Amino acid sequence: MRTENQKAWFFVLPVLILVAFNALVPMMTVVNYSVQETFGDNLFFWQGLDWFEQILRSERFQAALGRQFLFTAIILLIEVPLGIIIALSMPRKGFWVPVCLVLMALPMLIPWNVVGAMWNIFALPKIGMLGYFINDVLGIRYDMTQDPLAAWITVIVMDVWHWTSLVVLLCYAGLVSIPDAYYQAAKIDGASPWSVFRYIQLPKMKTVLTIAILLRFMDSFNIYTEPFVLTGGGPGNSTTLLSIDLVKIALGQFDLGPAAAMSLIYFAITLLVSWVFYVVMTKDDQK
Amino acid sequence: MAEVALSHLKHSYMADPSGPDDYALKEIDVTWRDGGAYALLGPSGCGKSTLLNIISGLLTPSEGRILFDGRDVTELPPDQRNIAQVFQFPVIYDTMTVRQNLAFPLKNRGVDPATIERRVAEIAEMLDVVPMLDTRAANLSPDNKQKISMGRGLVRDDVNVVMFDEPLTVIDPHLKWKLRSKLKELHQRVRATMIYVTHDQTEALTFADEVVVMDLGEVVQIGTPVELFERPQHTFVGHFIGSPGMNILPCEAAGDRARFQVHEIVLEGPVTGQGGTLTLGVRPEHVGLAPGGFPARVAKVSDVGRHYVVDAMVGDARLKAVIDHNPPEPGSEVSLSFRPDKTRVYRDGWIATEARA
Repeated sequence: MRTENQKAWFFVLPVLILVAFNALVPMMTVVNYSVQETFGDNLFFWQGLDWFEQILRSERFQAALGRQFLFTAIILLIEVPLGIIIALSMPRKGFWVPVCLVLMALPMLIPWNVVGAMWNIFALPKIGMLGYFINDVLGIRYDMTQDPLAAWITVIVMDVWHWTSLVVLLCYAGLVSIPDAYYQAAKIDGASPWSVFRYIQLPKMKTVLTIAILLRFMDSFNIYTEPFVLTGGGPGNSTTLLSIDLVKIALGQFDLGPAAAMSLIYFAITLLVSWVFYVVMTKDDQK
Repeated sequence: MAEVALSHLKHSYMADPSGPDDYALKEIDVTWRDGGAYALLGPSGCGKSTLLNIISGLLTPSEGRILFDGRDVTELPPDQRNIAQVFQFPVIYDTMTVRQNLAFPLKNRGVDPATIERRVAEIAEMLDVVPMLDTRAANLSPDNKQKISMGRGLVRDDVNVVMFDEPLTVIDPHLKWKLRSKLKELHQRVRATMIYVTHDQTEALTFADEVVVMDLGEVVQIGTPVELFERPQHTFVGHFIGSPGMNILPCEAAGDRARFQVHEIVLEGPVTGQGGTLTLGVRPEHVGLAPGGFPARVAKVSDVGRHYVVDAMVGDARLKAVIDHNPPEPGSEVSLSFRPDKTRVYRDGWIATEARA
């Protein structure tokens, strides 16, 4: 006879409690705020889905969302191919391997607000080395505090500098796991370098690349610290990405209801896009 | 297809080899006939993979030359040698279909589509993979994957030599046999020069017309499976080939007689040479249990199916005999005798008796 008991639940319980307190409970608080109007003295009034409607209709939100998608698309389009190229050109064995790996890991070890501050000082005209070089040596006008395009370029270059390494390291891990026999067979089959990449390296990197793209998507879509420290969302609203806008509404204006509704919409979009990415990138494996 | 000649080949992984021990491959000098099936047999680390890599061009030998049909290819890279290689683990292009996999080497060489289609169809038919031509290669079983990697070698008709580097390692035992006979059949159909590297004697002996037995970077014997079995040139061959391997016993010898402990043994012929350490070699198949020999005590009898393997103690020496029926009881006293024409003396491992004509 098969004995049944419910002991297994006790083993799952710690995780359930942990997840409840660090995700579900805070999230439900946000849900709570999103359907009510808050006044001082903890007065709450039921609003229904009004805040959601207001956010979705607001031009300010739409503009921030647009900027967010543009930013994420640009950094993915730069970081993924660049990461692959760097990973491919890194040595596979010998003295330079640890050197390259450490150099690659360095940017990721720097705290995010420090990255923002570094690039801010680096890029300021007159003061920063980069700002001085472009303005006074190359003679090109470059001021991220005045010019939206310059601000965008700086934010993107900073993100590429900070996070391409993640793609590089993941791709590199995929590359070194390819047995030599594959390269030898390709040589014997007369494959061109492009074919080797297309039919051996890329398929073998696919799993890690999927993870890299997902991580880079989620991180860049939720990015806050670095652009906030670098440009503060300016000049004007030109680099106000979703999370910067969200903080402005929640903590600047103290509109907790709309901010909560916006958080949930923001979260749903991140989740949805990540899911679509994942499904599209893994659909070949199901065949 | 081509004749493959290895001329005074030596290889060391060290930059500056001094003694013979620095060489992973000691001097090798063989010629393999066009269209022949050869096996390189030896234990792990004997240098057979080094030799294979030298032939395929992945490694340049320290000394000596490799000739394909008399043409020196020693300095040529793998893709210019027109060779094919099947690796230990099946190498297939995961994202391609079976058809695309088979067509790949031809496509890379700019062969016209009609010829590609014809060759792929031919090879697929030979390999029995026609029904799976349009499935993705990643979804095949290991034995079919291995067939596809063989197919990629065979699809080209300009191949000088096809090399197999322990190709059955990852194949399930019951499929090994199937794939092995497929390989033999393929060889008979395409008549390519094939070199098969393995540490498995069954694979080597069933596949090859001629087997090269290697040990410690050295060729110890080249011969047909029968020759290797019947007259091992070295105790290593005797021991490595055969199941169980040859009995190797300490002895003294003079003329055509050897003395093993207190027993006098008749040899196949007179002993040659001087000095060194002598051992007596006789295969278990040539040890008989019949009256008139010397006494031994049965330690163990194993029934291995077609015959019995008897472990017998003569003094403190253990030897094995293979007998077909009527196995003795363990612990009983028996009388052992060696077949004189199959009993030899080895000096420092190398054969030291002359066969009688």
